[in-house]
Amino acid sequence: MASSSNSSAQNRLRIIAGHLESRAGVAAQECKAEVPGSSPSRLTPVPKRRQEIMKWNGWGYSDSRFLFNKKGQAEFTGKRYRLSGLILPSLKDWFEGTFGASLQHKSPAAPTLSSSAVPPPNMNEPFMEDLKAAGIAVSRDTEDRVFRAHGHCLHEIFALREGRIGRVPDAVVWPSCHSDVEKIVELACKRDVCLIPYGGGTSVSSALECPREETRSIVSLDTSQMNRILWVDEKNLTAHVEAGIIGQDLERQLNERGYCTGHEPDSMEFSSLGGWVATRASGMKKNIYGNIEDLVVHIKMVTPRGVIEKSCLGPRMSTGPDVHHFILGSEGTLGVVTEVTMKIRPIPEYQKYGSVVFPNFQQGVACLREVARQRCAPASIRLMDNDQFQFGHALKPQVSSMFTSFVDGLKKFYITKFKGFDPHHLCVATLLFEGDRGKVLQHEKQVYDIAAKFGGLAAGEDNGQRGYMLTFVIAYLRDLGMDYYVMGESFETSVPWDRVLDLCRNVKERIVRECKERGVQFPPLSTCRVTQTYDAGACVYFYFAFNYRGLSDPVHVYEQVEHAAREEILANGGSLSHHHGVGKLRKEWMKESVSGVGLGMLKSVKEYVDPQNIFGNRNLL
Amino acid sequence: MSSRSLYSSRHPMLKKRDDFEDILEERRSSSDLRYALRCYTPTLYKGLVPCKASMLKTIVLQSDHLQHVIKQVSSESGESSECVTEEASHILDEMAHRLQLSTIRFFVFTLSKAFKRLFRSVCVNEEGIQRLQQAVQEHPVVLLPSHRSYMDFLMMSYILYMYDLPLPVIASGMDFMSMKFIGEMLRMSGAFFIRRSFGGDKLYWAVFSEYVKTMLRNGYAPIEFFLEGTRSRTCKSLTPKTGLLNIVMEPFFRGEVFDVNLVPVSISYERILEESLYARELLGVPKPKESTSGLLKARRVLSEDYGSMHVYFGHPVSVRSLAEGKVNRCQHNLLPRHIPQKPSTENLEFLTDAAFRLVRTQEENMVLKPWVLIATLLLQNPDGLDLSTLAKQTDWLRHLALALGAFLDWPDHESCARVISCSLALHRNLLSVSDEHVQLNVADSTQVETTPEEAVFQRAVVVLSCASYRNEILHVFVRPALVAVALQRSAENSHRKDDVYNCFNFLRNMFSSEFILCPGDSVQDFEEACYLLAKRGALQVSEHEIVMSASGQSTLTFLCSVLEPFVQGYQVVCRYLCENVLEKLLEKDFIPAVRNFALKLILAGRLKCYEVLSSDLQKNALAALLRLKAVRKVKVGDQTTLKVNKIAVNSLEDMLGGKIPTQKPILARL
Repeated sequence: MASSSNSSAQNRLRIIAGHLESRAGVAAQECKAEVPGSSPSRLTPVPKRRQEIMKWNGWGYSDSRFLFNKKGQAEFTGKRYRLSGLILPSLKDWFEGTFGASLQHKSPAAPTLSSSAVPPPNMNEPFMEDLKAAGIAVSRDTEDRVFRAHGHCLHEIFALREGRIGRVPDAVVWPSCHSDVEKIVELACKRDVCLIPYGGGTSVSSALECPREETRSIVSLDTSQMNRILWVDEKNLTAHVEAGIIGQDLERQLNERGYCTGHEPDSMEFSSLGGWVATRASGMKKNIYGNIEDLVVHIKMVTPRGVIEKSCLGPRMSTGPDVHHFILGSEGTLGVVTEVTMKIRPIPEYQKYGSVVFPNFQQGVACLREVARQRCAPASIRLMDNDQFQFGHALKPQVSSMFTSFVDGLKKFYITKFKGFDPHHLCVATLLFEGDRGKVLQHEKQVYDIAAKFGGLAAGEDNGQRGYMLTFVIAYLRDLGMDYYVMGESFETSVPWDRVLDLCRNVKERIVRECKERGVQFPPLSTCRVTQTYDAGACVYFYFAFNYRGLSDPVHVYEQVEHAAREEILANGGSLSHHHGVGKLRKEWMKESVSGVGLGMLKSVKEYVDPQNIFGNRNLL
Repeated sequence: MSSRSLYSSRHPMLKKRDDFEDILEERRSSSDLRYALRCYTPTLYKGLVPCKASMLKTIVLQSDHLQHVIKQVSSESGESSECVTEEASHILDEMAHRLQLSTIRFFVFTLSKAFKRLFRSVCVNEEGIQRLQQAVQEHPVVLLPSHRSYMDFLMMSYILYMYDLPLPVIASGMDFMSMKFIGEMLRMSGAFFIRRSFGGDKLYWAVFSEYVKTMLRNGYAPIEFFLEGTRSRTCKSLTPKTGLLNIVMEPFFRGEVFDVNLVPVSISYERILEESLYARELLGVPKPKESTSGLLKARRVLSEDYGSMHVYFGHPVSVRSLAEGKVNRCQHNLLPRHIPQKPSTENLEFLTDAAFRLVRTQEENMVLKPWVLIATLLLQNPDGLDLSTLAKQTDWLRHLALALGAFLDWPDHESCARVISCSLALHRNLLSVSDEHVQLNVADSTQVETTPEEAVFQRAVVVLSCASYRNEILHVFVRPALVAVALQRSAENSHRKDDVYNCFNFLRNMFSSEFILCPGDSVQDFEEACYLLAKRGALQVSEHEIVMSASGQSTLTFLCSVLEPFVQGYQVVCRYLCENVLEKLLEKDFIPAVRNFALKLILAGRLKCYEVLSSDLQKNALAALLRLKAVRKVKVGDQTTLKVNKIAVNSLEDMLGGKIPTQKPILARL
């Protein structure tokens, strides 16, 4: 699978691009502000009416979904992904065995949105007229509003599937450039309208939920039409980009010029640059490229007080506390990020996946720690626990030849019988190397040598690549689960190295115990992986899912379990969040996380920047 | 409040207790040798990290915690870290157990023989065993048996072997080490040895705590230790120590294990092997130093009948649920976990509270034999009772005890008279029965050549032995008895609930070293005792008043006389301090001096209560006076002296005697 610069992500992007080419008919409104040297993109990747290509009550594209076909085999529809159109023969057994679910017991979603379920809009007519006069695109359409009333938390999607709609924005507005945003914010202040910025809509922190207590008109500010790369500076390796651009478009367009940002969060197909900044996102390849805070050079944000930005593009400054850090992670409470100058890198010459099998999770963690100590982490290194390894295996597509299955059998025999690994304890690290060919091979050897010291065996590129695929399809899989009484969610944390093992064990066990105590009949899936390594600790990602058949209020049970799991994380020295953010879901722990004084500081910034609470999504504080 | 319901139901009457099986029954009908050699396959902890006893040492010595302390000690003392490591290694060698199955098998064989001779039956609640089997698999387990006899931990290991449970490692005092052979045998059956005091020795503490924690974290074996710290010589539970409890809870607080299960175990004996030994010890005849030859002499005990024995395995208590809402585990987030940290005030409070509640659970699950009731009655009637009266009163007391929640093992389908005569037969060494009249064995004083002092001591041995059986049931009576005394004290003045409570609270404070009274539970204890007495019909409790009901006289009188020896004892101690101490008193002279004082009173016929001679009571009284700041300890050089505030001591004595009402202003003045 070693191929120059052909990651699965990029493969996928190409297919997606092909698909979207035909939709270029939806034209971007020409922005009035002239930007010198800008080359407006050829197409509008995200249409205003997103529901035309994306699910209104689930994850991702409408044409891509998992289902169990008539033969009871799992398949993935569509043409966008490597898995698309393939049969996954072992998924059914894994699914039934893990959750005690049955294909006989279906829990289908409401097929269409019933407009009667949606509360009528609470319009601020003067504001709407002002917008019209300013020539900014607006919609009062029910579907448009509902689409922007949620992120992808389990409770949000579950409610949609049941056809339950809570408070939704009263209108949607699509600025097409920075000055449009300035106008909208100014008008919102004048007319006292609540604005909620909306980028990719992939939030998993209840950040997009409209506060129930909000009595003003709520307008969703959709940044998707601000999606141009305004300039690329090859001397300094920076690019100036409008913040509404989504990850895959940014990457594809830079690739065309021979560059990349290297920022690849798992949600990059849908999430936006502005959203990354507002939540302090982290990308899979941060070991080479850094997290979002390392990647941004300059940020422009429109606040009710005016525009905040720095005066130059210097790479580092000592000018008091970095004002960027008021913006990074502000979660839409202070304003709208409109333009960002980002570092870019030439596309790496060579890329290679890899994997290592360890006899148990402890050995795996010890190896990752050593890799971090020696500061030789590849672009990405992740360690899946045994459950997740088996989960990954269930997603193996049908093997095409006798030979492949024979080789698979041999490998399994070698690892479990010859090397004596217990199939119920072994775990797998997946690796991604990037750079010039010679160095990648050298680097690879270094990492495998370290792994060998911890009992690790190289287990091939294929296992590695499949590991990464899991993170892209997991959200689609959740929709499949919800068709059969299985609900699940993921959450993450960051924790010092010496506590990684304890935290993983305790949180997983807490989930199992809480589910049992709350009447969940079948033991839940409770699994984790170490997804990022740092000098002083690691990022740990958990999945948990359970069969909710027989529970009268499954969402409530789920929320209690998730709450307990977060308490357990905090008690074990983990952070409130590594990259998902706080939103409204984790707000209650903010004070204990950053201290009363810390919270007060943030509040006083909010007080100064937005005294009218125009950006009233009530996240974070 | 929530965690309390885990292991202490509010109304003891409603408590459901398990049934017992006699484990000796099978032993009497099959080969002990084959039994000792049978296949032993214990259920194991699911997170077990398998390791040999010898590997433990390496793990402990290389642990971050110990390495840290070694460096610290070496930089403070200037010794090389190799030296300090060497020292740590020595400490560990001295401490470590060397659990061996073969030794256990040897013990199983010999103990089977011994137990069959000593005991009529050894009864174990098998449901408790099943719960333990479950608990052992899920989380590391800590066994917390009560401690009344040397037998306790042999018996524990024996039972665990019997039920295919993992054999425990047992924290024992260093005193056994002087018995060379026995010490090594015990070591090989899982005992590890701790010095009795090592206050400031950082290194010792680090080795010790890391050793215990390593075994706990790895699930090496259940840890067993005695919350009370030492054998109770009086059969009353002792105020629990929290040091080891903290050590076994810390891995949970620091997130190193998901949970720890604490299993209180109550071991009760119908007749205690060390019965008269304890009494002598309390009277100041020094305890013979543990020696192998001494133990051999004790062979004599093998020919006697010690009745039956009960072992009750309580419900496992999860430290996690216990600590929920009380301990914030985040407090450890900001310091690397291998750096030792003194427990926070919050944690200390939690520990004390937990320790008290665990001991209370031990008490509540302690099986009481009919003899306990008889002993109580005989002590209250020094001139003895007719058998028929005794039968009547025992029956009455039995109902009272049951109403107050006692866990009484009263044989079904047997007449009261028969039960009593069995009990009397078993304890005939303490009694004299003639002409249908039973009396504590005190008449011997007419024997030849005894000084009056010796006679008093002989009598006191019998009284204290007998009192130790009565003490077994005190935990049932103590709260209602405190109410009864408080009511009696305030009866002349007022029936106001507040006044009764004040007096109750004063007494409760006074006796809090004497009995297990959970700190901070004063109001609850009061309400509960009132409730039980009202239910029994002895009291009428309204919102503001407490009145004794006509039918309650006998109950309340009885309860008052239960506490009487303690009230008198404390008064004597107070009187001694007021009358005889001039300026100050060396602490080490306190007990002999009080004993002499009491002896003189008894000889002069001014005191009838022999229990005053008990050093345990004297120590507890001193602890109370120190706590109430009527006496202060002053350290001068190597010696500790006691400084007595005579006014305060005097007024405490008066309050105890009910001469002055216990009102707040007086308390405040102290």
